[in-house]
Amino acid sequence: MIPSKFDYERANTIDEAIKYLVEYGDEAKLLAGGHSLLPAMKLRLNNPVKLVDINRIPELKYIKEEDDTICIGAATTHYEIESSELIKGKISMLSQIAGSIGDVQVRNMGTIGGSLAHADPAADWPAGMLATDAVLVLKGPDGLRTINAHDFFLGLYTTSLAENEIITEIRIPIPHGNTGTAYTKCMQPASRFALVGCAAIISKNNGLCDNVKLAFTGVSANAFRDAAVEEALTGHAPDVDNITIAAEKAALDADVLSDHFASEDYRRHLAKVYAKRALMEAADNL
Amino acid sequence: MTNIIGKSVKRVEDKRFITGKGRYTDDIVLPGMLYAQIIRSHYAHAKILNIDTSEAEVMEGVIAIFTGKDIAEAGINGVPCGWQVDFKNGDTMKEPPHPLLVADKTRYMGDSVAVVIAESKALAKDAAEMVKIDYEPLEAVVHAEEAVEEGAPLVHEDVPNNISFDWELGDREKTNQAMAQADHITTLEFVNQRLIPNAIEPRSAIGDYDSTNDKYTLYTSSQNPHLIRLLMCAFVLGIPEHKVRVVSPDVGGGFGSKIFHYTEEALMTWCSRQIGKPVKWTAERSESFMTDCHGRDHVTKAQMGFDKEGNIVGLRVKTFANLGAYLSTFGPCVPTYLHGTLLQGLYTTPAIHVDVTGVFTHTTPVDAYRGAGRPEATYLLERLIDKAALEMDVDPAALRFKNFIPPFDGVNQPGYQTQVALQYDSGNYEPVLRRAMDMVGYQELRQEQAQGRENGKLLGIGISTYIEACGIAPSAVVGALGARAGLYESAQVRVQPTGKVSVYVGSHSHGQGHETTFAQIVADKFGIAMEDVEIIHGDSESVAFGMGTYGSRSLAVGGSAIMKGIEKVIEKGAKIAAHKLEASKDDLQFEDGKWTVKGTDKSISFGDVALTAYVPHNYPEGLEPGMDFASFYDPANFTYPFGAHIAVVEVDTETGKVDLKKFVACDDVGNVINPMIVDGQIHGGLVQGIGQALFEGAIYDESGQLINGSYMDYTMPRADDLPSFETDRTVTPCPHNPLGVKGAGEAGTIGATPAVVNAVIDALAPFGIKDLEMPVTPEKVWKAIHNNP
Repeated sequence: MIPSKFDYERANTIDEAIKYLVEYGDEAKLLAGGHSLLPAMKLRLNNPVKLVDINRIPELKYIKEEDDTICIGAATTHYEIESSELIKGKISMLSQIAGSIGDVQVRNMGTIGGSLAHADPAADWPAGMLATDAVLVLKGPDGLRTINAHDFFLGLYTTSLAENEIITEIRIPIPHGNTGTAYTKCMQPASRFALVGCAAIISKNNGLCDNVKLAFTGVSANAFRDAAVEEALTGHAPDVDNITIAAEKAALDADVLSDHFASEDYRRHLAKVYAKRALMEAADNL
Repeated sequence: MTNIIGKSVKRVEDKRFITGKGRYTDDIVLPGMLYAQIIRSHYAHAKILNIDTSEAEVMEGVIAIFTGKDIAEAGINGVPCGWQVDFKNGDTMKEPPHPLLVADKTRYMGDSVAVVIAESKALAKDAAEMVKIDYEPLEAVVHAEEAVEEGAPLVHEDVPNNISFDWELGDREKTNQAMAQADHITTLEFVNQRLIPNAIEPRSAIGDYDSTNDKYTLYTSSQNPHLIRLLMCAFVLGIPEHKVRVVSPDVGGGFGSKIFHYTEEALMTWCSRQIGKPVKWTAERSESFMTDCHGRDHVTKAQMGFDKEGNIVGLRVKTFANLGAYLSTFGPCVPTYLHGTLLQGLYTTPAIHVDVTGVFTHTTPVDAYRGAGRPEATYLLERLIDKAALEMDVDPAALRFKNFIPPFDGVNQPGYQTQVALQYDSGNYEPVLRRAMDMVGYQELRQEQAQGRENGKLLGIGISTYIEACGIAPSAVVGALGARAGLYESAQVRVQPTGKVSVYVGSHSHGQGHETTFAQIVADKFGIAMEDVEIIHGDSESVAFGMGTYGSRSLAVGGSAIMKGIEKVIEKGAKIAAHKLEASKDDLQFEDGKWTVKGTDKSISFGDVALTAYVPHNYPEGLEPGMDFASFYDPANFTYPFGAHIAVVEVDTETGKVDLKKFVACDDVGNVINPMIVDGQIHGGLVQGIGQALFEGAIYDESGQLINGSYMDYTMPRADDLPSFETDRTVTPCPHNPLGVKGAGEAGTIGATPAVVNAVIDALAPFGIKDLEMPVTPEKVWKAIHNNP
């Protein structure tokens, strides 16, 4: 319960945080909400020498609408997203995702940027990012760059974030037209992370789905979009029969995880069930 | 305050707990205190080839490092077992030593290898990481039925086949005959899985040696401070008992896991003596998972025979009990005398035989966990009878009613002699099940279930009835059964000169609310205010002796010891009152806190009598001054609470998830002193019982690694997994203790588990499913439904 000795720096600006990252190199670790990092440190699984606290940088905490996009500062807490009226009105799935994370205490501390950077295979946010085609803004010593969520997650706890970069903002395009979204989650009963989490977005035109997006978390080593399901429903009416047929294709080609809570077969089965439930709910929300 | 017994008085201890003022062992900071980090084996089974402490020894703040070699050289014994179980042939059980630190090899993941003592917890931890230990990993065995096979790795070289004992109870011949003649035999093979107790306060121990007086103090998070002192002094460290004080301050839960004498208690005491300063160790949560004694872990085959009318004619049980790597304090007792003796249940079964093999494995030692043996017995019986009802196509409630022992109060009718050694004190079983069925709306639910099945809705109704033996226990009886201690209780009732009362009791509260319940009894009997009573427990220096709190014994045994003290006070008070009132003792009555001469208004208050006892100017000739009585109470029998629980579940066929929709419990715990506290005990017990049914279970891999030793991986039941419980009671007083109480601490746990599993299997009846292993996880249910094992 006691971490190895470490130094602590509190950054007041993004640039100050980047300065520390450059200065300390691989000895440094960013501290946001700390809800994955601190337990790992207490178990001495992660032993950073320099902890750079970015949790109180004002320019990382906001939710705003800009150019048909929801922009969320990376250090915004899950609770702030869950309770944002703007998000509820524009992409309700995001507030569902935020509200499904941990418990109130976790949601009050944990941040969206911290969760994305950590890339836990069972974290909820990655599915939402992929389904919404979110773009992440990263800042490093050479300035800003943007990256599609699809290109960000590389594998188990692995992302394309460079050692001296910070996620500063998450940009989520606001869906247009007749669109419904939903996030369904089968919780791992002990940790309450996602055993299977499924984010679905359906757009309907003339009674038929013209755009379907479906992403999973918890199923594989990293979150992924399931093109087979999306294609199977596109061009069809979002009714129970069509959704059931499409959901049957879920996670067919995925490299599915197995643990004592869910074997590979069962997890793949759950992916189908939760795909169906997410699509049905998204259809209801049209 | 007369008539406060039976009232839901709010708990007096809660103010300090909910305001963060509870004082637990880890809160104690002594001048000059040092901190210990225990180095634990990552391997379940490994030879220790070399330990290099040289680098760690010179690190900042490091005071000392001890290894198993130091302990062995000091001639320190291992921690003892408190209960002896013999082989069928009369041989004594195999009882290999459990050293404070192992020197030769490790026998479970978490075994203590060395201890680092430093000026702070952090420095001790840093230094512990620098102690280099060379291990030679060896093959491990984790399952009891595999450990007894020829060629299995041995946990202890001198224990053949890893068998500590093989034991039987009941009449084998008679049972075999009864089973041979049975018209129907129901067979059940199952695992009663291993559970991790998870008290919210981790174990903690502080050794404090005072060289000035050559005295030791051990602060320890224990349910059982006096027994720890006895075991540690007499069997481990060989120090005289009068030189040792053991204090268990506030204790944050135990569920059995803090009954036992653990190696860390003796180790801290010994280390403090070596260094001359206080040394504290507090478990980290992952240490708690690995080293707090686990519970259950039985592999059982059981058969119940019936005649054509559905009467039970025989019961045959074979169990392999996993004892873990070492015998814990009560380890051998749990699967034998707390399990085999309960196999009569509530039924008139005329022939019973149980055979138990106690087995060592490379796992955490197993001992009592809430219910201890009785949940295992109840699960076995209640699953068997439900399965039999399914096979014979009769209603499970009706099959139980048919086989219940008829009512007996233990006063006008004798107690009920079972086939498995015990004699039940009093019981009336039909009303609890009738009441539970009324509460849940049993007949309507059966109709709803039938309608639901037509629409693909899977509703399940699960019944469990139980009896348990608590109020542990008559010393002569348990002595004959192998206990190496008596199981009486002590209490001292000290009336202060002002009429305030201090009660020193050997029962130890670790959440049960003794400070309230015991004070209610004293206040009621003396007719004084609750605030005028103080309950003192948990310190061997102030409390004469104690056998601790477990087996739902505090009220039945500790409360009875207090009652004896109360009676002595009233008896002596009457002599003083008679003298002061110039009346005959026989003409007095004691009521509402005063002695009154019958038929007159002449009276003297309890407080005035107390003052007279301490200021004996005008005092009965020959009577000793003072008002202070020590009492020991040794019960005449166990007490036998019973009850009926009904669970209602709905199963999601798509995911296999079980939704516990409703849970009703009608329990009979005898007379009730504080209904709110009893309800709380029942509720907490139900949660743990439901936890076993649906969520919990330690998982070891083949190499002996505990793979779910954290809250991220081990599923504890949570509030949102549970319905709002509905509870009720019937009252069948215990005929042999002064309060007529039976005990409520374990009832919920014992009854709940089979009720929930029976409900799930009832829900799945349309699929022809008759058995499911606990915990009944969604994946198991889904696989059963889809026939995809």
